[in-house]
Amino acid sequence: MTVVEKAVAKLQRALGESVLSVEEFRGQTSVTLDPEAVVNACQMLRDDAELDFNFLAALTAVDYWPSEPRFKIVYQLYSLANKEFIGLRAQLSNESPEISTIESIYPNANWHEREVFDMFGVTFKDHSDQRRIIMPYDWEGHPLRKDYPLGYEEVQFTFNFDEIDKRKPYAKE
Amino acid sequence: MLEQNLEITVDELRHLVSDRALEGETMLLNMGPQHPSTHGVLRLLLELDGERIVTCVPDIGFLHTGIEKSMETKAYEKALVMTDRMDYLNNLGNNLCYCLAVEKLVDLDVPERAMAIRVLLVELQRIASHLVFLATHGLDTGAMSVFLYCFREREVILDIFEMCSGARMMTSFFRPGGLWRDVPDGFEEAVRSFVESFPKRIKMYEDLLTKNPIYTHRTQGIGAISSEEALKWGLTGPPLRATGLAWDLRKSNPYSGYERYDFEIPVGVNGDTYDRYTVRIGEMRQSLRIVEQVLDTLPGGPVRSDNRKFVPPPRSELGHSMEAVIHHFKLWTEGFPAPKGSVFVAVESPRGELGCYLEGDGGPKPYRVHFRTPSFATLQTLPMLCKDHLVADVVAIISSLDPVLGDSDR
Repeated sequence: MTVVEKAVAKLQRALGESVLSVEEFRGQTSVTLDPEAVVNACQMLRDDAELDFNFLAALTAVDYWPSEPRFKIVYQLYSLANKEFIGLRAQLSNESPEISTIESIYPNANWHEREVFDMFGVTFKDHSDQRRIIMPYDWEGHPLRKDYPLGYEEVQFTFNFDEIDKRKPYAKE
Repeated sequence: MLEQNLEITVDELRHLVSDRALEGETMLLNMGPQHPSTHGVLRLLLELDGERIVTCVPDIGFLHTGIEKSMETKAYEKALVMTDRMDYLNNLGNNLCYCLAVEKLVDLDVPERAMAIRVLLVELQRIASHLVFLATHGLDTGAMSVFLYCFREREVILDIFEMCSGARMMTSFFRPGGLWRDVPDGFEEAVRSFVESFPKRIKMYEDLLTKNPIYTHRTQGIGAISSEEALKWGLTGPPLRATGLAWDLRKSNPYSGYERYDFEIPVGVNGDTYDRYTVRIGEMRQSLRIVEQVLDTLPGGPVRSDNRKFVPPPRSELGHSMEAVIHHFKLWTEGFPAPKGSVFVAVESPRGELGCYLEGDGGPKPYRVHFRTPSFATLQTLPMLCKDHLVADVVAIISSLDPVLGDSDR
């Protein structure tokens, strides 16, 4: 039994119903949890001496707009002792994109959660410093959401040069 | 769209500095984003008590280019070009990370020769990146001549990259399934001559800095951190190894055939600025060892997978094979589809753990790409490292962390 299998078994035993599904893809395991259970799961995975997932390797989100549940928060934990990765996933709906912070367990989640907040508009309960991190503080919208337009420059041809020029956002005299 | 208040009041920012700042007892000093010692566009808000740092608030995002968003609109192979632009001192390393992720997602094989050449080039890139670290670190601590020597040697490596890919920095040389093309004639000689000449150079850098009292006084005991703290705050790569913890993804989770090569993980003792320097010097030597071993055992054979569903056929086939033309057309107009699912791949970049989270939705474009970049994680520790040091030390500490802002902001 590998460490990841043990971790999944322990999570299932400790959290019961909160473990929604376990997925294996290309040899990588990811556990989908009830958003409420993420903090407990992280605590358990880090503090269990046998599992020892002591490093938060990545924290990000995915937007599935327009389907529901809209957001998926992605956690990748790493165990230095066992040299294994495990993924945790939590799905959030569009109405209440909020989840508890895991800052108290992995302090480096601070900036990663700020980035998710900045890019997706997912808020983190009890976060110590929830500000935008990459976009300017007065930016409107959350760029990595799927309903946020990519943005591009309209190409001006001879026949429609003036028409496009009127609405082009650059400094005119 | 989430309703939110766009106004930020002073109260919301008050927790960033100490109470003494509000009474005017300490001074708030803005450093950057255009300060030459911040290695790009890093902005720091420093709270000073005399010359001592009370708090340091890093502000990033000035080099945000929306790479993750743009990649979602491009086919897998075309999105590769954007990875070059993230960490512009580790272009090939970024290519490698992304290619490994795509290859894992679509379950694509890579020929032995391509794997070996990837390792060789990535190690050369590591040396080039560490040379830029050494150059700018020397410059920031008052050693001007190191800068000139390091950039001279880096140029030799960039010439080798140019020879392979046609570009010095934005190479896009690794492609999902292998390499863009095989290395040209004269490649081996060029690498061999670099490998022969470079140990002398490393010795020269060490002669200039390692025992130089001006340098040691400015770096020993400056910005120290313990292994536990470093791990807790997500510090990886040379800054983590400087604390004495020998964690290197090339050893712990080997990829692209690293398990075949014999090398050591240089570690430090105190986790201070000086140790981060010695670790990187050690890593350059180890990288040279790997390069030499790859050259000695370089296998022959193809450099691209012959799985035509993912890798375009060679040009020579287009003239006589209708099937090749169809594949070529399909791959360059539409791209290849990837299954629904997500993978996470982590590689050791010169700055630490570079992770790529890639999710496919069955179509030819990535549904979501996220790069867990080492500079982003490293900059988060800056307030801790700078605390109670002098303003001049901040410059030494930043350069010893070797952040690349293109990497942290993406």
